[in-house]
Amino acid sequence: MSNAISADDAGPGPGAPPASVAGTNTPPHDSRGKPRIAVFKFASCDGCQLQLLDAANRFLELAEHVEIDHFLEARSRSVPGPYDLGLVEGSITTPHDVERIHEVRAQCRVLVTLGACATAGGIQALRNWGRIDDFLSAVYASPQFIDTLATSTPIADHVHVDFELRGCPVDTTQLVELVTAVLVGRRPRVPQHAVCVECKERGTVCVAVARGIPCLGPVTQAGCGAICPAHDRECFGCYGPAEAANLVSLTGWYERRGTPREELARLVRSFNAWAPAFREEGDRLSAGPAGTDVESSP
Amino acid sequence: MNDGVLAAAAHQPGSWHRLARRDLQHLIDVLVEAGHRVVGPQVADGAIVLRDLAHADDLPHGWLDEQDGGSYRLRHDPGAGPFDHVVGPHSLKNFLFPPRDTLQRWVRVAGSWQEQAIPRDEPPLAVIGARACDLQALAVQDAIFIRADYADPAYAARRDRLVVVAVNCRRAAATCFCHSMQCGPAVTHSFDLALTDPAEGAAGDAFAVEVGSERGAGLLAEVARRTTVGALDDEAIAAARRVPRDLESRMHARSVEPGQPRPRSLDTEGIRDLLFDSLAHPRWDEVATRCLSCTNCTLVCPTCFCHSVGEVADLSGDHVDRDRRWASCFEIDHGRMHGGNARPTTASRYRQWLTHKLAGWIDQFGTSGCTGCGRCITWCPVGIDITEEVAAIRASSAPDGQPAAGHEPSPSPPDAPP
Ligand code: SF4
Ligand code: SF4
Ligand code: SF4
Repeated sequence: MSNAISADDAGPGPGAPPASVAGTNTPPHDSRGKPRIAVFKFASCDGCQLQLLDAANRFLELAEHVEIDHFLEARSRSVPGPYDLGLVEGSITTPHDVERIHEVRAQCRVLVTLGACATAGGIQALRNWGRIDDFLSAVYASPQFIDTLATSTPIADHVHVDFELRGCPVDTTQLVELVTAVLVGRRPRVPQHAVCVECKERGTVCVAVARGIPCLGPVTQAGCGAICPAHDRECFGCYGPAEAANLVSLTGWYERRGTPREELARLVRSFNAWAPAFREEGDRLSAGPAGTDVESSP
Repeated sequence: MNDGVLAAAAHQPGSWHRLARRDLQHLIDVLVEAGHRVVGPQVADGAIVLRDLAHADDLPHGWLDEQDGGSYRLRHDPGAGPFDHVVGPHSLKNFLFPPRDTLQRWVRVAGSWQEQAIPRDEPPLAVIGARACDLQALAVQDAIFIRADYADPAYAARRDRLVVVAVNCRRAAATCFCHSMQCGPAVTHSFDLALTDPAEGAAGDAFAVEVGSERGAGLLAEVARRTTVGALDDEAIAAARRVPRDLESRMHARSVEPGQPRPRSLDTEGIRDLLFDSLAHPRWDEVATRCLSCTNCTLVCPTCFCHSVGEVADLSGDHVDRDRRWASCFEIDHGRMHGGNARPTTASRYRQWLTHKLAGWIDQFGTSGCTGCGRCITWCPVGIDITEEVAAIRASSAPDGQPAAGHEPSPSPPDAPP
């Protein structure tokens, strides 16, 4: 879950430009020279694909510039690959998913993941903390017919991903920006700063400061337009950890102001629970209060 | 000479007048009728914010703000007058240098690029309730955006038509330290009219109004056509002048009271050298364990002016806007340049912010970048406090300004200003 940034930050930077579709390799453009796009679904709710459809006007405009050759949510016609750009929604939860994502990767010159499931494992990654057999027997009458993995993992755990678009669901403006950027072969403008920037841009009064509500905005990547704080709710972390997310400082501040640890652990364990920074913090918080072993009883 | 000119002469800059509180509505009406967008403080979303103001009744009568590091709370106090609160999350920056602006617009027609005019039809702005620290911030931003060799056209156009109805503070929050930065609480410049409420809280029935400009004189003359704008005798003027001066003395005398937020102050003695000589101070790493790199401090700061400019194209690539948006030295992209990032760590970003604001600014603009408004302290989600950080660096630096033993002074010059 890195937006494809190099670890030492000395590399090409966030959103290292996905390989240009106008590159020197044989372009798989269709007969009219339009770049070909495919949309694939793994374990997910379809919400990110719906965002693509939801941008109806832009989607029609998009369709003028690209050939959408595989998008089962939108049309039953499917043209076989290879494709210039593959958009992948959903996480890997079955042995079949593992095989299929490798096939998808082989078909796509540029592979982009859409949303929290594909990028961090999604809400279903909460299973990673439980025992899969317990879930199976609790949910299914005949669990022996279920073929599943014990974990829900992001696409990048299995194949190389060129760019990760965050969000639960993704933001249509960012989605169109990403596709446009890939088409012209430039770096997408997808900022890595915190949700707080968007609160300040829209003039929202900070719910953490003015109401004492524990908000994940300062450690969450922007992109949603800070919708929740504008409606008097805290940020739930839909876009995953921001760059340099300092969770220990933030949760420590909230805890000292009265929010119980369990509540904070639940807050970081939602759509992006398995994203490394949130995962570590969830584990740290649920490991019990710091220093219980040395603290004397009250 | 017509009546209006005569009346304006009677209200010339430097003169003082009496305006009944209930007649504030006339001032708003005069501004609106002259085509202004009037903004003023109002209670909304748990704070006192700046937004469009149509009715004087919508001012925060009966509300006070309690501020501390990372905390802002409204308190209902029936005795509070309309301007007894202090500064909130917004400042004049939100209006003169808005978070997003389109600078240029280009269209490709038959293969060649043509610039399209962007309609600039915003009404002139009038701000009611600006404080001394706001006016200092205005002067600081003026020095940045309106220079002899380069003026930002959008800022300059807004600034040129701006009407400022300022207010002398009679109360300070614990986070206020304008007295340390020597720019408040008395309103002394950059205003058209300045209001002072000489009586405590809701008890006052009239403002003392000081005229600060010809524009202010004209406005007050227009108000005088609709209602009585009374005279003030020397004694009443002296009493009004004493209001912010008394507050200033109280701010200097504030001390820590049990159970109360610590009143802020900042020792500016030799601060430029103190900070530039402390670039390797261990405090930068310490504050980085708490700092979230969330940008809130810089975005609420009324003087911070960093921005990023980029092109936004539609899918066809034929329509391109050159947009400007607020940026912050706490964003990773801010320090990114060819070959790497100049400020990859939170410690380096916090240091950049503090040293630029309080030291580099002096070299660059001849003034501190801080007005002591306290916004960065209140609106930091984890209560990081600029006054506390400076005090910590000062306390553990040797008298010659070098950091405490064991830490090599940085051989490199301070980060270049943005
Ligand atoms: S409401 Fe949340 S996201 Fe918005 S500024 Fe406050 S902490 Fe940041
Ligand atoms: S640095 Fe802080 S106190 Fe100083 S002007 Fe900016 S927001 Fe106000
Ligand atoms: S000092 Fe506070 S407001 Fe500023 S970036 Fe750090 S945590 Fe955010």
